[in-house]
Amino acid sequence: MFIMRHELLLVAITVILLLVEIFLPQHKKNKIILPAIILMALVTITGFIPGHTGTLFGGMYGTSPLILLMKNILNIGVLIVFMQSVSWLKLEEQKERIGEYFIILLSTLIGMDYMISSGDFLMFYLGLELATIPIATLAAFERFKEKSAEAGVKLIFISALSSGVLLYGLSMIYGTTGTVYFPEVSVAYNASPLQILAFIFFFAGMAFKISLVPFHLWTADVYEGAPINISSYLSVISKGAAVFIFMIILYTVFYKIALMWRDVIYVISILTMTLGNLFAMRQRNIKRFLAFSSIAQAGFILLGIIGQSQLGMTTVIYFVLIYIFSNLGAFGVAAIISNRTGKESIDDYDGLYRTNPMLSLTMMLALFSLAGIPPLAGFFGKFFLFTAAAKQGMYILVFIAVLNTIISLYYYLLVVKAMFLNRSDQPIAYFKSDVYTKLGLAICIAGIIIIGFASPVYEFILKFTYGLY
Amino acid sequence: MDILTLFIVIPVLTMIGIVFCKDHKQVKWTAALGMGLQLISAAVLIILFLMERKAGNMGEMLFVKDVVWFPSLNIHYLVGVDGISVAMIGLTAIVIFAGIFASWEVEDLHKEFFISLILLSTGVFGFFISLDLFTLFLFYELAVIPMYLLIGIWGSGPREYSAMKLTLMLMGGSALILVGLLGLYFHSNPSGGQLNFSILAISKVHIPVEVQKFFFPFLFVGFGVLGALYPFHTWSPDGHASAPTAVSMLHAGVLMKLGGYGCFRVAVFLLPEAAHQLAWIFIILTTISVIYGALGAVWQKDLKYINAYSSVSHCGMVLFAILMFNQTAMTGAILQMISHGIMTALFFALIGMIYSRTHTRYINEMGGLMKVMPFLGVAYVIAGLASLGLPGFSGFVAEMTIFVGAFQNNDVFHRIATIIVVSSIVVTAVYILRVVGILLLGKINNEHYEHLGDAKWFERLSAGVLIFGITAIGLAPLWLSEMIHGGLGPIIQRLLMTTPIH
Repeated sequence: MFIMRHELLLVAITVILLLVEIFLPQHKKNKIILPAIILMALVTITGFIPGHTGTLFGGMYGTSPLILLMKNILNIGVLIVFMQSVSWLKLEEQKERIGEYFIILLSTLIGMDYMISSGDFLMFYLGLELATIPIATLAAFERFKEKSAEAGVKLIFISALSSGVLLYGLSMIYGTTGTVYFPEVSVAYNASPLQILAFIFFFAGMAFKISLVPFHLWTADVYEGAPINISSYLSVISKGAAVFIFMIILYTVFYKIALMWRDVIYVISILTMTLGNLFAMRQRNIKRFLAFSSIAQAGFILLGIIGQSQLGMTTVIYFVLIYIFSNLGAFGVAAIISNRTGKESIDDYDGLYRTNPMLSLTMMLALFSLAGIPPLAGFFGKFFLFTAAAKQGMYILVFIAVLNTIISLYYYLLVVKAMFLNRSDQPIAYFKSDVYTKLGLAICIAGIIIIGFASPVYEFILKFTYGLY
Repeated sequence: MDILTLFIVIPVLTMIGIVFCKDHKQVKWTAALGMGLQLISAAVLIILFLMERKAGNMGEMLFVKDVVWFPSLNIHYLVGVDGISVAMIGLTAIVIFAGIFASWEVEDLHKEFFISLILLSTGVFGFFISLDLFTLFLFYELAVIPMYLLIGIWGSGPREYSAMKLTLMLMGGSALILVGLLGLYFHSNPSGGQLNFSILAISKVHIPVEVQKFFFPFLFVGFGVLGALYPFHTWSPDGHASAPTAVSMLHAGVLMKLGGYGCFRVAVFLLPEAAHQLAWIFIILTTISVIYGALGAVWQKDLKYINAYSSVSHCGMVLFAILMFNQTAMTGAILQMISHGIMTALFFALIGMIYSRTHTRYINEMGGLMKVMPFLGVAYVIAGLASLGLPGFSGFVAEMTIFVGAFQNNDVFHRIATIIVVSSIVVTAVYILRVVGILLLGKINNEHYEHLGDAKWFERLSAGVLIFGITAIGLAPLWLSEMIHGGLGPIIQRLLMTTPIH
C-alpha cells in the first residue's frame, strides 16, 4: 500500500479534482486552478518523506530510493508546468476545460510513475501507454487550431508506431526467454541473433520516445503545433521519464551486451547532438527552436548513460533535474509571451530587454544553463556528464560533445542577441505576468542558480544510485 | 575568511550593491568603491606575501585554503598563490580599477555594464587564485561569457559579429581545455586511488609520456587561443576593435594573460615531457604570432586595430618565452604579461578617450593632437615607448629578459626563432613611431579639433594609475622579478627533473 505511495496520491488528487470540476458551475471553472496547484505541491512535498520500498504484484512493480527520487524529480517538473500553464488556461478558448487539463496531465504522470517502477515488460508497456496516449489529447487541446489538431494526430500516430516497434521487440524477448520479468530476462538473455534483433526494436522504440536521431522527425512538428505548455511538458517530463526507464532497463536487463549498446549509443549520441544542433541553428520559431535544442540535449544525456558507472547514472539523474529547471525556464518565458501577445518567433523578441527586463533575464539564464555556462547549474551537469564519458576513455566523444556545446551556445546566443542587442520599432510591450507564472519562473531560476553550487544535491543523488560494474 | 576568497567576495558584493543602486551616479561610485577595495586588497596581499617570504615561508603556495566541494568527485575549492599569481592579481586589480574610471561616462544601461564588467573581473581573479582544475575552468568560462554582452551591447562597429566570433572562438578554446583537464583528472592517480583535480597533487605524479603527448596539444592550444596563438588569434583584432574601452583594456590587459598563465601553469607544468617533445611545433607558431602581429599592426589605420595586432605580437612573445623552458625566459614571460597588461590597458584607455573627443579612430583623419590635448598625448607617447621597449619602462625589462633567456638555447632552431622574434621590436618601433608622428605631432588638420578639451579628472586618474604601474616596474623591476622567481622554482625544477634540457 505505502509502497505505491506516489501513484496512489496522484490518483487521489485526480479524483478530488474530478469531483471539484463536476461541482463547479460552468463560468467558474477557473476556481480549480488554485486547489490543483496546492494539491500538486502537497504531493511533491510528501514525496520527499522517506517511505517504504519493495516490490508488489509478484515483482511487476517495485520501488527503491532511487526510483522514489526519480518520481520526485518528475513531480517537481509537473508542479512547475502547472504553474506555467495558468496564463494559457485562462484564455477564452480553454476557460471551460481547465479541469480536464489537470486531470489528463496527472494521469500521464501516473503512467510515467508506473513505467519507472515497472519490474517487468508488461507493466513497463502499460505505464508507457498510459503516459503517452493522454498527451496526444493534450497536444490537440486547442481544438479550434488546425495546427494543434495536426500535432495531436501526429503524436498519436508516432506513438502507435513506436509502441508497435517496441512491442514487437518485447514479444521476441518473451519468445526467446519465456519470461517478461526484468531479473529473469537478464539472466536468460544470451545475445542470440533474435535477441539482439529484439534489443534493436526495443532501442528504436525508446529512441522514438526520447526523440533521438534518426527517430526525432516528429519532435519539431509536434512541439510547434501543440500548445506551448504541452510542448514543454513533452520535452521535459516525458523525455525525463523515458530517459530514466531507458537507463534502468539498459543497466539491469541488457547489461550482458553492454559492449554492444555502448557502440550504438556512441554513434547515436554524436548524431543526436550534431543534427539537433545544426537544425536548431536555422529555426526562427521559438517552439521549433526549443524542440531541436531539446533533441541535442538528449544527445548529451546519452553521454552519461554510456558512462556505465555509478558516476554516469548519478550524472544522468542530476542532469535531468537541471534540465527540467533550465528548459522549463526557457519554455515558461516563451509560453507567457506567446499567451499574452501571440508572438512565437525569435525575431519578435528583438529589444525585449528594454520592455520586459525580468523575462529577458530569466530567458538568458535558462538558455545559458542549457548551454552549460558557469556558474549556472547546467555547467555542472554538462561537466559531470563529460566526466562520466571520459571515465570510459572516450575522449574523442567528449571532444565532439564539447564542440557541440559551442554550436549550441551559438544559437542560444542568437536568442540572447535578439533580446539584448537588437533594437526594434515595435518591441513586445511591457506586460505584467500573473502570480503563478512568476512563481513558476522563480522556482526555475532558483533551481538553475542553486543546484550547481549546492554540492549536497549531487551527493544526495549519488547515495541512491548504483553502477553496472 | 581568508584573504584570497576576499577577491571573489568583494566583486560579488559590489555587483549586488549595484543592483540596488538608484541612478547612474550611485552605480559608478559603487563600482569604483568596490574595485578600489579590490585594489587595496591586492596591495595588502602583495605586502603580506612578501612578508611571508621574508619570514622564511618557502611553501610552494601560500595562503592555501582547501574546502571540499564535491566529495565524490574529489573536487575542491582550493586556492593559493605563489609569486606569479600574486603579480597577476596585482595586474588585474590595477587594470579593472583603471577600467572603471575609463568607462565613467558610459551611455545606456549603466547597471548592466558595470555588473558585466565586474563579473568578468571576478572570473579573472578566481582563475588566478585557483589551484583546483575544476574551479580554474569554471572561472575561465565565467570570464569569457560576459564579453559577449559587453561587446554586443556597448561595442562599436560590427559589434555583433565581433562579439559572436570572440565568444565562440574562446569557447572553442575552452572545449579543448576541458578535454585536457579530464585527461589529467583520470590520470592523476596511476596507483588507482582517489582521482584529483588539484594542480599541486597532479604535479607530483608522473603521467605516462604517451598520455602526456595526447593531452598536451589540447591544453596548450586551448589556452593558446586566449593567448592569441597563431592561427587562433583572429578573434582578437575584431574583438578588441569593437569592444568598449574598459572591455578592451581588461581583455587585452588581463584576459589574454589567462592564456599565457594557463599554458605554463597547467600545460607545461603538469605535462613537462610532452612540452619538451612538442615544443618545436608551438615555437614555430608563436614565432609566426610575434612577427605576424607586428607586421599586421604596421598595415592598420584604425588605432584599435593597430593595438590589437600589437597585442597579438606581444602575447605571442609570452608564449614563445614559456616554451624556452629556462628560468630567465620564463621570468621574462611573466614580466612581459604584466608589463604588456598595463601598457596595453593604457593604450586602449587613451584610444577610448581620444575617440570620445574626435569620434574617429583612423589615424589619417587626425593630427597634431598633442597641442590640443597634451596630457593624453604625453600619456600616449609613454605607452608607445614602453611598447617598443625603451629602457626605463616595463617593456624593456620584460623583453630583454626574454631575449637573454631565449639565447641560452644554443641550437640552430632556437637561435633562428629567437632572432626572428628579436627583429619584431624593430617593426614595433615602426608602427609606434608612425602613429605618434601622424596622430600627435604635425599640423592640426581639422579645425573642429582645436576646441577639444584635455583629459578630465577621471581620465587622468585612470591613465595615471597605469602610467605609475609602467614606470614602477621599469625603474624597480627587481622586487617583482624576485617574487616571480620564487614562484617559477617548482616549475623549472619539474622541467629539469623530467628531461635534461640539452
